[in-house]
Amino acid sequence: MPNKTFFWFFLPTGLAMILFIGLPIISTGIQSFYAQHDQVVKEVKKCDPFGCTVSIVVDNEETTKIRDAKPLGKFNGFGTYTDRNHLAVDEIKKFWNETGSFGAFVDQVTNLPFYKALIFTLTYCLFVTPNVLLLGFIIALSLNAVARKIRGPLIFGTILPMIVTPLVGSLVLFWMIDSQGIIGANIQNLMNDPYLSLKSSKTLTWITIIIYGIWHHSPFAFVVFYAALQTVPQEPIEAAIIDGASRFQRIKHIVLPHIYPVVTFVALISLMDNFRVFEPIIGFSAEGSAQSLSWLIYDNLVNEEVILFGSAAATSMMTIIGIAILLAPVLIRTWKEFKTAR
Amino acid sequence: MRKILVTLLFLLFGTSAFADCNIKSGSINILANDFPALRTFVETSKQCKGSADFKVTHSSEHNKIAVPALTANPSEFSARIAANSSIVPLMNQDLIRPLDDLVKKYGKGIQDSQLITIDGKVMAVAFMANTQHLYYREDVLKDMGIAVPKTYEEVVAASEKIRASGKMKYPYAAAYKAGWNLAEEFVNMFIGHGGEFFKAGSAQPNINNAKGVATLNMLKKLSELSNPDYLTHDSEAIKVEWESGNVALMTLWASRSGTLLDDEGDAKITAATKLTGPATVGGGNIPAATLWWDGFTLAKNRSDADAEATFRALAHAASNKKMVADAADQAVWLVEGFVPGPKSIGVIEAVKMGAKPYPMLPQMGLMHGALGSEIVEFLQGKESAEQALKDVEAAYISKAKEQGFL
Repeated sequence: MPNKTFFWFFLPTGLAMILFIGLPIISTGIQSFYAQHDQVVKEVKKCDPFGCTVSIVVDNEETTKIRDAKPLGKFNGFGTYTDRNHLAVDEIKKFWNETGSFGAFVDQVTNLPFYKALIFTLTYCLFVTPNVLLLGFIIALSLNAVARKIRGPLIFGTILPMIVTPLVGSLVLFWMIDSQGIIGANIQNLMNDPYLSLKSSKTLTWITIIIYGIWHHSPFAFVVFYAALQTVPQEPIEAAIIDGASRFQRIKHIVLPHIYPVVTFVALISLMDNFRVFEPIIGFSAEGSAQSLSWLIYDNLVNEEVILFGSAAATSMMTIIGIAILLAPVLIRTWKEFKTAR
Repeated sequence: MRKILVTLLFLLFGTSAFADCNIKSGSINILANDFPALRTFVETSKQCKGSADFKVTHSSEHNKIAVPALTANPSEFSARIAANSSIVPLMNQDLIRPLDDLVKKYGKGIQDSQLITIDGKVMAVAFMANTQHLYYREDVLKDMGIAVPKTYEEVVAASEKIRASGKMKYPYAAAYKAGWNLAEEFVNMFIGHGGEFFKAGSAQPNINNAKGVATLNMLKKLSELSNPDYLTHDSEAIKVEWESGNVALMTLWASRSGTLLDDEGDAKITAATKLTGPATVGGGNIPAATLWWDGFTLAKNRSDADAEATFRALAHAASNKKMVADAADQAVWLVEGFVPGPKSIGVIEAVKMGAKPYPMLPQMGLMHGALGSEIVEFLQGKESAEQALKDVEAAYISKAKEQGFL
């Protein structure tokens, strides 16, 4: 396609992307550098049905004046990024100087909210993404081999986890692993420990969420791989069969190289999706044991009665940077291939 | 013909009972939490809506919607049913209007004690009181020869005895769901120990001390006597546990007693469910509980006509003797004419014992939020009490700095 034609094709999408993705990201970025003005408080008398007390309230008149003068808030630079609830630069320096062993240092650092969330997010990505790819590929291969007659219903059944709303899917599993649910109670019986709970142990909660993630995301990989498998040319495969290649050798040397670009695509998308893991944490009420970066943003925006826009914006920006770093190797590789292809 | 006339007259007369508000215009849109007493309250106010538009959103996620929805201009809701804690963010952001004029003009049935005044201005009209207190299974305690516990130490001893007898595996329950609920339990227990959340006259945190440690240790003891899934259990979940007969002692909101004692569920358990005041802790004499009021506030960013219509409808309910008589067992109403029944014992005892109201401070929400996530690891046994409290203070300080309180 000539560049000019491409430009006109891309223009509407590009404009929409700038408007709905680009500008909000810029605005979030700007917001992350600002904090709220210093609160002006005053002592007043408060009376309610249980009696009167003297206590403080925010002085709204004064606050409005300050706000009108500087609506964005107080410029904070990277203050929000480096505070204890984010990168915690000062705390880490302190831990490094104070703690004796490396293990104690790591313990202290992973106790900070941002690093705690980052570790869960990365663990989730590292376990879910490869397993999704592998499982999706195996299912696609197996389904590709069964008789055409039963393929339709089987495909439908396989993509069911993707059709089910993530929240509903996680809630179903949540009830099943309850200490009185079908899985939870059976595990208690099996282990002979009435105080065992999948929901209260951190490790078990992580495992549950990761298994759920694999269950939920595999159909996506499967659908894409299955479509790609339909384009694998039959001649080389037949030739390989005649040459006596085993099934494994055929997959390794013919099928995989053929669908390789699709594998890259699926890996990219799942990495991005998994880095933003959020719904299962809410669905499993797992806030106590597992927090992800997206959950931190959500927490700053809604869980407090006081909304922390600066914190949420800073975490959002760092999530974007995190995704960029994760995707960098794949993107660089794709770019190189693109260049050699030209 | 005569029959029709009589019916018509009856209909006219029947509706005229509600028509005293005579609201001609305006639109009413209410945001409220979701529990039976609030539904009754809003339904009662609907009876006098006249020709005004009437909409209501009952949601347990009300805290998450309130500030953004009231910040918009015009705001989505004309009224928000708030409580001690949830009025604070509305005050901080200047989102609600003073009600003095409206109270003078239309609030003749409202008692002075119902008015929430801040700096001399009426900011809300309260209509019910709430607290968390003890519920116990009379049959179980009697069988085991246990007296009704008055302190949390006795609750622990009683629960251990019940567990040792093999009768129940998890004899105690409270809403320990990580987040708001768990933090609320900490607030109760900390106040029971006589703690103050902030250093006098400042927003500096003051929980990393002996009282804080004692609070955490008590929470941990109680959590060990609860269902192992306690970190995922909110009020609704422990209500279900209670109704399945798995629990003998429970700390729960007074406003939930109605649903526990209704006809649904096992009649034997319902009959044996008894209420008592909140427990004290650590030898203190004030209960480890906080007093709450629920009341209505009006949005600032809404036309005066809407505010007037909304106030008249809600004031009708907030001064309605028929409502408090009909729904006497749903809540402890602060409305004139309320006769406390057996289901109000918890709140009345709490007031008698000198329970403190939930601290209505501008920065309390940040402390509550920090507590909800930072004490979890202590309960899971992964962290010392001192470390957990240090984390809470550190998390709070960062948030308070960003928010301009420190």
